[in-house]
Amino acid sequence: ASCVQYRLVVRDVSTLQILQLYTCLDQIQYIEWSSDSLFILCAMYKRGIVQVWSLEQPDWHCKIDEGSAGLVASCWSPDGRHILNTTEFHLRITVWSLCMKSVSYIKYPKACQQGIAFTKDGRYMAVAERRDCKDFISIFVCSDWQLLRHFDTETQDLFGIEWAPNGCVLAAWDTCLEYKMLLYSLDGRLLSTYQAYEWSLGIKSVAWSPSSQFLAIGSYDEKVRILNHVTWKKIIEFEHLAAVANSKTIVYKEVEKSPSAETERLSFPPARALASSLFSTQSKYEVSQVPVSLQYIKPAADRANPKMGIGMVAFSPDNCFLATKNDNIPNAVWIWDIQKLKLFVVLEQLCAVQSFQWDPRQPRLAVCTGNSKVYLWSPAGCISVQVPVEGDFQIVALSWHPTGDSMVLLSKDNFCVCYLEREEV
Amino acid sequence: MGDWKTITVPVLSSDSKNIFQYTSEKRLSSPRMNSQVLCLPLPSSKSMHSFFSAFCTEENFEQSISYLNRELTTLGFPSIYAESKGKELNLISVINCMNELLVLHHKNLRAQEEVEMQHLKLGSDMDHLKNCYAKVKEQLELSRREIVGLQERDRQLQSKNRNLHQLLKNEKDEVQKLQNIISSRATQYNHDMKRKEREYNKLKERLHQLVMNKKDKKIAMDVLNYVGRADGKRGAWRTNKTEARNEEEMYKALLSDYEQCQKQLLVENAELKKVLQQMKKEIISLLPPQKQKPKEGSEDGPVLSDLEDDIGELNKENMWELSCETVREQLTNSIRKQWRMLKHHVEKLDNQVSRVHSGTLNEKDVISREDHELETEKLELEIQQCKEIIKTQQQLLQQQLMSPCDDDTTLLLQDCYLLEERERLQEEWRLFQEQKKNFEKERKSFTEAAIRLGLERKAFEEDRGVWLKQQFLSMSTDYKHSENVTTPSAFLESSDQGNRLVKSTSQRKPRCVFSDPVPAEACQASHYITCNSSSAVSIKPAGESNPNQWVESDKEETE
Repeated sequence: ASCVQYRLVVRDVSTLQILQLYTCLDQIQYIEWSSDSLFILCAMYKRGIVQVWSLEQPDWHCKIDEGSAGLVASCWSPDGRHILNTTEFHLRITVWSLCMKSVSYIKYPKACQQGIAFTKDGRYMAVAERRDCKDFISIFVCSDWQLLRHFDTETQDLFGIEWAPNGCVLAAWDTCLEYKMLLYSLDGRLLSTYQAYEWSLGIKSVAWSPSSQFLAIGSYDEKVRILNHVTWKKIIEFEHLAAVANSKTIVYKEVEKSPSAETERLSFPPARALASSLFSTQSKYEVSQVPVSLQYIKPAADRANPKMGIGMVAFSPDNCFLATKNDNIPNAVWIWDIQKLKLFVVLEQLCAVQSFQWDPRQPRLAVCTGNSKVYLWSPAGCISVQVPVEGDFQIVALSWHPTGDSMVLLSKDNFCVCYLEREEV
Repeated sequence: MGDWKTITVPVLSSDSKNIFQYTSEKRLSSPRMNSQVLCLPLPSSKSMHSFFSAFCTEENFEQSISYLNRELTTLGFPSIYAESKGKELNLISVINCMNELLVLHHKNLRAQEEVEMQHLKLGSDMDHLKNCYAKVKEQLELSRREIVGLQERDRQLQSKNRNLHQLLKNEKDEVQKLQNIISSRATQYNHDMKRKEREYNKLKERLHQLVMNKKDKKIAMDVLNYVGRADGKRGAWRTNKTEARNEEEMYKALLSDYEQCQKQLLVENAELKKVLQQMKKEIISLLPPQKQKPKEGSEDGPVLSDLEDDIGELNKENMWELSCETVREQLTNSIRKQWRMLKHHVEKLDNQVSRVHSGTLNEKDVISREDHELETEKLELEIQQCKEIIKTQQQLLQQQLMSPCDDDTTLLLQDCYLLEERERLQEEWRLFQEQKKNFEKERKSFTEAAIRLGLERKAFEEDRGVWLKQQFLSMSTDYKHSENVTTPSAFLESSDQGNRLVKSTSQRKPRCVFSDPVPAEACQASHYITCNSSSAVSIKPAGESNPNQWVESDKEETE
């Protein structure tokens, strides 16, 4: 599904044919599929309206109007039948039910980056709250929106919460001014706190491993610390140094392929593919010899939210690899081997890495750097794929299909779907 | 004695000038005379003569004699006068005195030489010492200067050190100050933040009230129709029961997760324990056997027995309780002990190896070398003895060969040997002949049996054919015709085969006789077996009364 201005376009994944076309009342800011893929919600923050469309019944319509309460965020509940709207100024969260005539309110939600977290099995929801200058976490049962637990956290300013994939542990971390990671069990008991250091800027990114065995914390001091689920103590610290010296690390460097070699094959009139390739340079990966020194950028010290530290952390779905990005070295993606707890591969790109995402099924990483190429890495090797489009196509974001067969590459105005062939066994 | 002052002495050669000086000032002191003697270079005989003649002339002969007498008597020599008061010289005593004087002179010369030598030595020693002294003085100066320099440097370094310490302290103070500043600022910011937050909350509350009060009809949901729940259930009221159920479910989820975790940990623990036990066993096996070393036996004997007990206990315990803490501790302690012992052992081995490399003689080495030498000696003795034995043997052989023995005896001897062999061969020949006869008999019997079998087979086949014919006659005409065509040929074939087999066996018979009786028997037997089997096969299908099958199987057999 994609939205254009005020229209919602639903396409089929394999053929990209338009299946449905819906018109909304205003410019759509946010769309989300329900968990059973039967409904799509379109949120228009300016008007405070959420419209829900059904795929099975195109005539069915649903409109939720928040009115003067305003709308800041909207999302589905894991059962796909409730919509949680966050009103303006984070006054409250309204839970609208699509199957019952009932509305629930959650008061005093916290205005933070990750204030709502659902467990993977969709049974529980944790909401960060703030009352009287103190942070609280409420755990609700999603089936009937009953409050299960309500407890306070020892944080200065709770920044985010995230459930472990096994749904039994909730990680809550403090704002970047204070390095504090709190781990609560499902019934609200504090299991452990972890504080690596004081005073410096703290946690920037957090990721759970798919088996819930590890919790990776990326911080502003360019280090990733991994905690284990048995003792909740740090088992290893990964440093992201600009000089890669370990001889067992493979460094893939993106190198531009000179297009001049291809001019001989030019035919008149030039084919479309060639025309595009003339303007955009091909690139390929080369294995660089260790030691390698990467481009290190020191951000301006007097600005808030400096571009330093570990900005992105992600585990591979088979729990074997961890991909991280150090904002001080924006052109590189670091891949760590979790089984050996060592640096495995460093991908050095020509441009700054915008985002990366793991394939949901296998250890395959897709990276985009804002040019028209998508880069794929797997333990077998890595390739750089040129998107065959005319003109410019700056890939800003990408998203994998849940089966891992295709992925969507997004630029500012367009998107394209990249299909990956499955290896014949 | 002062009479001599007036004596004038004639001028002598230049090399005895000194002497003149002394003699002109003649005093009666013996040391002066000695000094005279000291400075005296060896004058030439001529000058001596002149000198001596200068002392005593014909005029003052008596005076000189009396003077000499006086001098000599004062020196302790006997008088040179004769015993009578007369002025006659006692020549003997004069000669004796002269001799004595000469001896004295020689002694003095020697003493002089010695003294001169000593003087020279002392002089050189003095020079040497002076040089040494000068050098030592120089060195002392240098070292004093060095000391001064080093002291200066030391002072500088100390002052530097003090400065650095000071700097460090300053830095630490600064850091502390900054930290304090940071913390105070943080608290200040927190306080400010809280204040602002409270204001903000108040605003929010106000806004909330306004929003709620407005009774906005717009805040509503407009749905075409309500959708069913994803899981198809109906919505339930919120009651205490549901609350309790929720709690229950939550705890169940938690418990299942913990149980899973615990199971995993148990499995891991069991594996690790197994590994540890294996390691322990291997370590025990690696350690040297305790019985050989009595010294260590006292230490490790009880330990080993303890260990064995431990092992026994552990094995038992592990069967019952896997997570008993005492068992765990015991296991880890025993492994630690074993590991330490292994380490000691390896260290000892390392020391031994290093000692061997360095080449220092150890008691053990000496012993082993001695042993080695003893052994080599023994071996050498043995070799000698063997050599001697060989020699004697050779001699005996030679004697035997060379000694003139009768032809008869030799022949006899040879004969003896040959006879023995011949007898043996005859025995073997007899046995061989017997066996051959036996084999012949058996072969004959086999052939007869084969012939009989063939005949029987023929008869049997004929019977069968007849019986089949009868069968076919009883069935439809079509089959009869076909069968009549095929079956006789089948019979013919099989009978031919039977004949062929018999012929082949009979043919084989003569070939095998000369080479080896046994294999012939074997191939005959094998043929017999095949015949039997073929007959058996042929018998079977008859029982089944399926002619086609039988024909095919027979064909297979022959193929």
